[in-house]
Amino acid sequence: MIVIAKIAVAILILMGALICLVASFGTLRLPDMYTRSHAASKGSTLGVNMILLGVFFFLWFITGEISAKILLGIFFIFITSPVGGHLICRAAYNSGVKLDERSVQDDYNGIRNFVIKRKEDSYL
Amino acid sequence: MFTLILQIALGIMAVSTLLYVIRVIKGPTVPDRVVALDAIGINLIAMTALVSILLNTSIFLDIILLLGILSFIGTIAFSKFLEKGEIIENDRDR
Repeated sequence: MIVIAKIAVAILILMGALICLVASFGTLRLPDMYTRSHAASKGSTLGVNMILLGVFFFLWFITGEISAKILLGIFFIFITSPVGGHLICRAAYNSGVKLDERSVQDDYNGIRNFVIKRKEDSYL
Repeated sequence: MFTLILQIALGIMAVSTLLYVIRVIKGPTVPDRVVALDAIGINLIAMTALVSILLNTSIFLDIILLLGILSFIGTIAFSKFLEKGEIIENDRDR
């Protein structure tokens, strides 16, 4: 039983670490800020959650304690990391970071100008 | 065998953090650096969990929650600073 639990925990931890590596490669190689944020937020969230789930199962099956702190950490990362990615992408768009030249459509363009204009008006 | 797998995973996380550091150094805009620093903070959570298995203690598990909360607050403060120019606003009529 302990051997099976160790194999499952090892698979979870290795998969999580490899997903984190793939996310950092995406952050290094993608051409645009928005695509980089896409890779970083989704990839590192899934990888770190898999590693924390592996640690939780390790503590449960081998040490015998059910650690609520790790469950709370998984829940917190799963909620806050996409929200942080959304906020930093919106701040980047509103402060004028360009899209890549190869992108074909920008549906938010007029709304961006409206937001900047409203901000300038509110500073008066 | 299991300890070797944990050390390999820790090495992979270290390489991933190094690639994020490269993005922090050469990122052309400020939000690139903020995204990479947020991801470094989340990588540190996983490395803390792996080290707490390797050292066979469970007293490092508070650090996981602490790092998650601090990374989230830092990202939100930076995005609000980039978007509005100030972090804590004091005006009443907005």
